[in-house]
Amino acid sequence: MKQLVTTIIAVTAAVVMSLSATAADKLKVGFIYIGPPGDHGWTYQHDQGRLAMENTLGDQVETMFVENVPEGPDAERTIERLARQGTGLIFTTSFGYMDPTIKVAKRFPEVKFEHATGYKKADNVSTYSSRFYEGRYVIGQIAGKISKSGTAGYIASFPIPEVVRGINSFLLGAQSVNPDFKLKVIWVNSWFDPGKEADAAKVLISQGADIITQHTDSTAAIQVAEEKGVYAFGQASDMAAFAPKALLTSIVNNWTDYYIARTQAVLDGSWESTDTFGGMDMNMVRMGAFNNMPDDVKAMAEATTASITSGELHPFAGPIFAQDGSQAIGEGEVLDIGTLMSMNWYVQGVDDQLPQ
Amino acid sequence: MSAKIILEKRHNASPMMRYLSPLLAIGLTVIAGGLIFLAMGQPPLKALYLYFIDPLTSIWSLQELVVKASPLILIGCGLAVAFRANIWNIGAEGQLLIGALFGSSIPILFGDWQSPLALVCMLLLGALGGALFGAIPALLKNRFRVNEILTSLMLVYVAQLLLDWMVRGPWRDPHGYNFPKSVSFEGWHQLPIIIGNGRVHMGIILVILAVVILYWMMTKTIKGFEIRVIGGAPRAGAFAGFSQTRMVWFCLLLSGALAGLAGIIEVAGPVGQLQPSISPNYGFTAIIVAFLGRLNSIGVMMAGLLLAVSYLGGEGVQIELGISDKTTHVFQGMLLFFILMCDTLIYYRLRLLSSMPKLTQGGSLP
Repeated sequence: MKQLVTTIIAVTAAVVMSLSATAADKLKVGFIYIGPPGDHGWTYQHDQGRLAMENTLGDQVETMFVENVPEGPDAERTIERLARQGTGLIFTTSFGYMDPTIKVAKRFPEVKFEHATGYKKADNVSTYSSRFYEGRYVIGQIAGKISKSGTAGYIASFPIPEVVRGINSFLLGAQSVNPDFKLKVIWVNSWFDPGKEADAAKVLISQGADIITQHTDSTAAIQVAEEKGVYAFGQASDMAAFAPKALLTSIVNNWTDYYIARTQAVLDGSWESTDTFGGMDMNMVRMGAFNNMPDDVKAMAEATTASITSGELHPFAGPIFAQDGSQAIGEGEVLDIGTLMSMNWYVQGVDDQLPQ
Repeated sequence: MSAKIILEKRHNASPMMRYLSPLLAIGLTVIAGGLIFLAMGQPPLKALYLYFIDPLTSIWSLQELVVKASPLILIGCGLAVAFRANIWNIGAEGQLLIGALFGSSIPILFGDWQSPLALVCMLLLGALGGALFGAIPALLKNRFRVNEILTSLMLVYVAQLLLDWMVRGPWRDPHGYNFPKSVSFEGWHQLPIIIGNGRVHMGIILVILAVVILYWMMTKTIKGFEIRVIGGAPRAGAFAGFSQTRMVWFCLLLSGALAGLAGIIEVAGPVGQLQPSISPNYGFTAIIVAFLGRLNSIGVMMAGLLLAVSYLGGEGVQIELGISDKTTHVFQGMLLFFILMCDTLIYYRLRLLSSMPKLTQGGSLP
């Protein structure tokens, strides 16, 4: 009996030791999401990145996430909670988490933080984002070729530089093949609100847009397009399954490579605070399959994608005229990164007043 | 032969049960929650522990609990007074935002003015902004007999869009790459932290003061008596010479001022700057808090803490067990459902009616 008890204690102790040993060896990686992973857009792609990273690095990592975290006083608590949970690396995947991330990072100097789409860095805070506007240029060109009415509808979320860049890049792409192309914009003031997104799509279509594109996270707009028989583009993830007849292509955000590389860097001890702004060249922005379009349009889209990837073509190469008619940049020049990062003006041809 | 169940008013509802009903509701929520976790294939005891107990086990989470609960309590105890008088201010969210806007004018427009007085002015302006915004439905109700539920609710959208426009336009941080945020508040434009390097700030003291003063007002003063009479028996109030018009002003200004104060406390405390989203619907959640707390400010304080536990616990089960954040909403919903159910059964009893003695038209019961 006594021996049995001793054995049980010994076995229990061994199990506990081994459990805590594996727990200590693993790098815990946390993610903060603005929406649900099931949005099939922005958050979905981040979650795909997380899963792929977990798959690739296997036993070395353990991941966890918190979804639907509002960009306000709650964000700081949620991030701090992950830090207190013993995570070594935390990805905060929305712009509004910028200041909370910086604040928590100050209190946890040993934890590494990665903030998406912001501009504040620290010794233990990196920033990362993608040149989504490169994809916008490609779909703009496609729209310029496909549209019969010469008018596209754009469902926009918030008037921040990233979104304004996307609108301008889309229209510049369209005007490169149809100089008279017009763009109507509706602001829904939300990243994820399927009801509002669908309503906006209906209004844009009734105003004469025969192509819809959106900078919001749900699939609602392309489903409306499918129903109404107009064309649409997927945003953030490949949405072809949601609108097989309407979808021309999707701009796909690919976070997988970045998440694997950054987590690997923490494991190696080579992590440093960096600022990444990757595009098609780094495979952080990809185009989905080109469907429902004639072969010549497809060939053009493929060629444009290739020349943006190689760096030959820059969507914001001059000459570019602002909405008020003034010249923003002349022939042979390219808008500098500072102007792009703080863009708060439309190019010529946008049928909307930018909310100021 | 059909039978039906009817609700019959109890002649003397137990006053003790009235106070026990929230506790009963919590107990039922725990049991139902355990069953739901079980049905999801999660260990029910561990999940319940993570949800309800774990947030109370570390100093940090206790502090966070207080930070999360304080706006709910501050708004909730103002609403409790208004609801007692049968005045339905549903727009506390809007009053909160306007309070935040008013108070933020000091750090944004007079950024160089660093003194404790600046902070006091911010807090006063916050309360003033909330009160002014609460005055709109009060004026409309007294002047034109417009229902305050509709006007106060619709003004929330006005406030949200006004805040949005201010931080994107005139009050945008000039060095913020055109992103919609104001400058960060520094020095005396932020509420001092009272415990270590956590997030518990001076605003907590104001919350406790509000709870105590309102409790005293409701139980010990004529004003409290007047509120209870007008709410419970408006005609009796009229005979007693209490003015319904003045009561509308008083309640909407008071609850508006407290919501506005909560707004500037959030901005000068945990958030630290003006931005498009500063409140995860505190103004609406506070309505639940007021009812859960039996429209009594001490009760509101407990209810605010309980709701805060439900938020923190919801995050806990998400992180530890990977359960969706919808759990939080389900638990809050169950809590409300059970409290309404308990209240109903305390005031009414269920009676099974068989349709035996049929009442024929024009006839009467034997």
